[in-house]
Amino acid sequence: MAHETSNHGSATKRIWTVFAILSVVTIVEVILGIVRPEFLVETHLLRMHLLNWVFIILTLYKAYYITWAFMHMEHETKGLRRSVVWTGVFLVCYLIFILLTEGDYIFDVYDNGYISWDF
Amino acid sequence: MDATAVKTGTEGKIWGGDNEPLKVSYGKMMMWFFILSDALTFSGFLAAYGFSRFKFVNQWPIADEVFTHFPFLHGVDAPMYYVALMTFILIFSSVTMVLAVDAGHHMKKNKVIWYMFFTIIGGIIFVGSQAWEWSNFISGEYGAVETKGGKILQFVNAEGEQVAIESFAASLPKERTRLTKSEALWYESESSMPDYDLAEVVEGFKASPDLLIRTQMLTESGEKTVLSREESVAKLESDAIGVVQGANLVHNEYGPPLFADFFFFITGFHGFHVFSGVIINIIIFINVILGTYERRGSYEMVEKVGLYWHFVDLVWVFVFTFFYLV
Repeated sequence: MAHETSNHGSATKRIWTVFAILSVVTIVEVILGIVRPEFLVETHLLRMHLLNWVFIILTLYKAYYITWAFMHMEHETKGLRRSVVWTGVFLVCYLIFILLTEGDYIFDVYDNGYISWDF
Repeated sequence: MDATAVKTGTEGKIWGGDNEPLKVSYGKMMMWFFILSDALTFSGFLAAYGFSRFKFVNQWPIADEVFTHFPFLHGVDAPMYYVALMTFILIFSSVTMVLAVDAGHHMKKNKVIWYMFFTIIGGIIFVGSQAWEWSNFISGEYGAVETKGGKILQFVNAEGEQVAIESFAASLPKERTRLTKSEALWYESESSMPDYDLAEVVEGFKASPDLLIRTQMLTESGEKTVLSREESVAKLESDAIGVVQGANLVHNEYGPPLFADFFFFITGFHGFHVFSGVIINIIIFINVILGTYERRGSYEMVEKVGLYWHFVDLVWVFVFTFFYLV
């Protein structure tokens, strides 16, 4: 951990800036969630509507700030940063890909199969 | 920064344990790897939630219609406002935590105490709010009818607004009472039974001509399908098997049982993390007051619990998105 005795002011300034960013992003998310703009809901990208992609990207944006600024990941060595972040990101992407593909397949079975599930 | 561990007397030697190739102490590095593994656990839960949701993608409940409560505003439809407020409280407690860590770097004991105090208060408010969300979710609001196929039928008026079953259910003489252990076999009992039975709901529905049934299937535009009056009556007579009020692990009035299962499991697991985070924060808080870290010459313990606390916040950011927004 870098000692920041010399630049105390800038460390707290950074914290409040990040807080402002996180708050604004959350407010935008909530507003979008309540309003649900038509063009975002009706446009589809990779089997999900655009609004959901907006939410996911904003969430990752918040996650980046929490990890980098609040958890001080930006001050850690490359080795630690990569061993934590790359491992997590790789495994999570794999898990999501496998499970969502499978879930989608089961939906198709329910939807197109010869058995009625709604009776 | 000095490690907080007891010295072994072999410092400076290559294998003496004082080498720090990643420039962090042992404790902090292990906190990071614990967080990594915990993050994978939560990812597992959330990905499983995604799996179930994709499986029932055309009939999942709409979060805006499930989480509509705000404290002291009874009957007001307030989708998501409360959970947004909870999110703010948690993010703000993260801010006070990082301010405590920062104050610790400058050895300002009083500032650390105050910031940690605010962090703990924020955590307690958040856990309390979660408990409140749970109790609303469990007790339910409108009630519904379950079909033979395990689907949920809800009731709406002509404007498409949901109607609670107690507002129209007829009052018929009841034959069934709650099953207790003393009544039948010693291992058979039920914790509660719905306030109304099916016959009363069906009777009341037939007597109120402006009521319609809403199925859990979503239309193209992402709204629940509303049946016509004739279809509604026919569906209720042929398919319904019981009344559901609120939610538990087996039945819920909002839609597929998996929705409630994941809600309890994921927010519960997260709430448990917040709770344990509060406890750990309190322990460190007491140590700060006692001056343990002042004497040790380093507030690194505050930094470690800070990492855990931020992680709890980080997880909530994802839970919030995937449960309430998407």
